[in-house]
Amino acid sequence: MDRAIKLQLSTSEMNYFPDEVIEHIFDFIPSHRDRNSISLVSKSWHKIERYSRHQVFIGNCYAISPERLIRRFPCLRSLTLKGKPHFADFNLVPHEWGGFLHPWIDALSKARVGLEELRLKRMVVSDESLELLSRSFVGFKSLVLVSCDGFTTDGLASIAANCRNLRELDLQENEIDDHRGQWLNCFPDSSTTLVSLNFACLKGETNLSALERLVARSPNLKSLKVNRAVPLDALTRLMSCAPQLVDLGVGCYENEAEPESFEKLMAAIKKCTLLRSLSGFSEVAPVCLTAFYPICENLTSLNLSYAAEIQGNHLIEFVQFCKRLQLLWILDSIGDKGLEIVASSCKELQELRVFPSDPHDEEDNNTAVTEVGLVAISAGCPKLHSILYFCKQMTNAALITVAKNCPNFIRFRLCILEPNKPDHITSQSLDEGFGAIVQACKGLRRLSVSGLLTDKVFLYIGMYAAQLEMLSIAFAGDTDKGMLYVLNGCKKLRKLEIRDSPFGNAALLADVGKYETMRSLWMSSCEVTLGGCKRLARNAPWLNVEIINENENGRMERNEEDEREKVDRLYLYRTVVGTRKDAPPCVTIL
Amino acid sequence: MISELEMEKAESELELGLGLSLGGGTAAKIGKPGGGGAWGESGRLLTAKDFPSVGSKRAADSASHAGASPPRSSSQVVGWPPIGSHRMNSLASKSAREEEGEAGKKKVKDDETKDVNKKVQVGFIKVNIDGVAIGRKVDLNAHSSYENLAQTLEDMFFRGNPGTIGLTGQFTKPLRLLDGSSEFVLTYEDKEGDWMLVGDVPWRMFITSVKRLRVMKTSEANGLAARHQESNERQRK
Repeated sequence: MDRAIKLQLSTSEMNYFPDEVIEHIFDFIPSHRDRNSISLVSKSWHKIERYSRHQVFIGNCYAISPERLIRRFPCLRSLTLKGKPHFADFNLVPHEWGGFLHPWIDALSKARVGLEELRLKRMVVSDESLELLSRSFVGFKSLVLVSCDGFTTDGLASIAANCRNLRELDLQENEIDDHRGQWLNCFPDSSTTLVSLNFACLKGETNLSALERLVARSPNLKSLKVNRAVPLDALTRLMSCAPQLVDLGVGCYENEAEPESFEKLMAAIKKCTLLRSLSGFSEVAPVCLTAFYPICENLTSLNLSYAAEIQGNHLIEFVQFCKRLQLLWILDSIGDKGLEIVASSCKELQELRVFPSDPHDEEDNNTAVTEVGLVAISAGCPKLHSILYFCKQMTNAALITVAKNCPNFIRFRLCILEPNKPDHITSQSLDEGFGAIVQACKGLRRLSVSGLLTDKVFLYIGMYAAQLEMLSIAFAGDTDKGMLYVLNGCKKLRKLEIRDSPFGNAALLADVGKYETMRSLWMSSCEVTLGGCKRLARNAPWLNVEIINENENGRMERNEEDEREKVDRLYLYRTVVGTRKDAPPCVTIL
Repeated sequence: MISELEMEKAESELELGLGLSLGGGTAAKIGKPGGGGAWGESGRLLTAKDFPSVGSKRAADSASHAGASPPRSSSQVVGWPPIGSHRMNSLASKSAREEEGEAGKKKVKDDETKDVNKKVQVGFIKVNIDGVAIGRKVDLNAHSSYENLAQTLEDMFFRGNPGTIGLTGQFTKPLRLLDGSSEFVLTYEDKEGDWMLVGDVPWRMFITSVKRLRVMKTSEANGLAARHQESNERQRK
């Protein structure tokens, strides 16, 4: 809000300028938060800002309606929408819960908005919506879909065929029904504008010749991420006709690459001197990673988190030469030793994610990572600010050391695989360790906690995590006090998601006004009851309080009078448009 | 609530027990094998250990916090560890590929001599048959038509092949799952959750909407079978 205040001081002077000048000044302020602040300064600024706003970010698609969005920002060009709550990623939200794209496309189309860019996360997208999108917006340039579902490659075919100015088609981790590969053929021969194409998540076959022709006629192509159906020789051909690539996602290789094809691949890779980012490798023989040695020193981003076939030693051999790495996503098969090598080699590292290769601990191996690796990274990488770390064990001492080494964390997400696991050396809770993190990292915006935790950790979080915006809690805390510490202390909290923790009605209802300052609250398998939720809904009509039932027919079978019954899943969010009309039977909106 | 993935994991583990050791395993619930020849001597009893416990959605109920809680394996909890389903599916594919690799050495089918690329898991769906508690999985990608699929299912459930479970030894004639003339009829659950008779729509449309299969007793599916006789004329298989 500081900037808004500074601007306000000069509003009176600025109002002597014509609107176009003020609008031009606003053009230099792209951040939507700053834009929101600007629009609050005065009526005239609100109006100017409205008409000059081209990019809008909507963190919860049910907080506002498409019609109201368009009324306020008629010159909209770029829209970001998020649908399902975060825990939908872990199968905690029924598939049919909501988050449908269609009403948005419908409204934007009818209002003839000049949409150019659409970014969606956890939305339900249909082929009809994609078809309508492709036909409605002549200048449409960029479609980014993350964790969406409900559509097929037929929808992609519409986009390919009809969006004449398409620059970006980026599909990340979506569930797409694959009708086996003719959508690539639908890009017209005249289509030469592609800059970014990512279809790594498609599971079916790919028409290789169509892909090669498309890449060959796209001189501006900077980012190409193919799916697993693109074998080694096809990859070689692709890279040969696109040496300008900056970002490459690799598909599937045969297990035994013939020396000759391997040589050809390596030769093609050598020519890609602009390559900075590498990902994919989901069914790749380790030897094929070595084909990228010639350019590994140039890499700033490396995502090997799907490379389950590549063993730790091969990972280490490769990563140790990636001296310029800023982003590394990897599997825990790299081990503590591997992380120590990363720490000594990758001094530019800013973001690290270590995923478990064996999430349910079935293989009983000892090569996963522990607190040792985490400490090593914190000691060796001074620029580290974001971490997601899955491990089997942790200690307070390690976390305290990490906090001392890295006070610059913005995102700190630690997931100890076994719920409620204590410090493995002292058997104590990990309150002190996480406490040290929040105390040292004054800029911390996102935190996920795990392991054995009492109310005390939440006291620390409430006390110290002044910038915290998103907090994820699982199997933690003792009493309502824990949740209250957080709600009372974290003034900037926007998203709170809690599962399997003993927080109940007292915490939920203590400060109903707090939820107006937040985007959403998720509580599952906690102690809140139906009665508590009903009371909340009565006292806060500007909230949608959704109860998601265990079984699909829950609403019919459950005894609705029993207010003492615990609620399985609660999801509440602020909204200006009231109860949504598209909720399925398993969702009750109070 | 049981996550889809955990169910699949449970079943893929079961398949390992049934498929690998020639003749598979038995359990009290499965109908007695006809001639006994299908089971061989390496059968074993499936015990509770073979069925990993899935459930415990309310972990808060069972465990106290702050010290006294017993260690809980992460495989028992829904949606834990918090790994995106896309990533989990990819890891599950990897272990299924490893199992497939071993099981593939025992089976000799022409369908499966294609290269590794074709063995991706996208086409595997569950198949259950009335009267048998344990289901199987079939790869739709490996089939090109209804006849093809019906043949596989007949082999799976009704012939005396190694690794077959079900009502072996009772049928010597072709079963004709598709034309309603046998004791069984083939149905499927579509994306909207409805149970439909197999065979009404073109094959390619079918494989995009099918979620799972069920071989039903005709007596239960009588309404469906009658309808199928009518549509038989118009439909080109």
